[in-house]
Amino acid sequence: MLSKEPVGCSVVVESKSSAAEKVIGQILSKMKAQKFADDDIFALHLGLEEAFINAVKHGNKFDPAKKITITYTIRPEKAEICLADEGDGFAPGNIPDPTLGDNIYKIGGRGLFLIRSYMDEINFNEKGNCICMVKYNSNKNLKPKPEN
Amino acid sequence: MASLKPGISVQYTETATIITFAKEKILEERDIQSLQETIMPVVEQSEQVHFILDFHNVQFLSSAVLGLLLRISKKVYEKNSTLRMCGINPKIYEIFKITRLNRIFDIYDDLDAALAAGESAA
Repeated sequence: MLSKEPVGCSVVVESKSSAAEKVIGQILSKMKAQKFADDDIFALHLGLEEAFINAVKHGNKFDPAKKITITYTIRPEKAEICLADEGDGFAPGNIPDPTLGDNIYKIGGRGLFLIRSYMDEINFNEKGNCICMVKYNSNKNLKPKPEN
Repeated sequence: MASLKPGISVQYTETATIITFAKEKILEERDIQSLQETIMPVVEQSEQVHFILDFHNVQFLSSAVLGLLLRISKKVYEKNSTLRMCGINPKIYEIFKITRLNRIFDIYDDLDAALAAGESAA
């Protein structure tokens, strides 16, 4: 029998760091219910927190008039999350690698690097104000293998 | 002697000042700001030259905490003091490895190991 529980949802939240706590809790609960591995849940939690902080700080620049839209779909095999802010966007390719040279001593600049490290897939829209992240359920072993 | 401050507890031993993070999650800007405002005076005012940051209560943190740790380490080294870290759970240690901060921070498995390292260096 098909579950009546919705797999996806879209939520609009304020541009402050505590605003996503409830929706992040809901996403992580759904992942637990779908029996994602603990490491997957930790990884998505980290990616989500970092993406949200980036949207609040760098995207909306803490402007209380601007919102962040979080859209998510949690299926047994994978979790997909998109965060869109109302900022001007940015060019993800221009962000320096925080592990190279003196960058390692910089106070900030590790958020996107961690998102790339922990997520299985990430994509940005053309403007650069919307990030979509995918984490596969390791317990289902369905992660696409890289092409040779 | 031990004292409780917002977000941390501080213990002064004969050989080190031990700062233990009290929260399970350290995420929000205001938490990090509050920790900075609490820890920096401890570092500035302590007569000890050896500091240990104990993470054994911490289960989750954001990259902003790494920035805080770099600020603390800068302050410690300005005092010609030493900084060791311990009690970092494996998932969080992975964040240190990925960002390569494990190469610049002095990290030990637990408090006993961090204290012993200080004694053997003395």
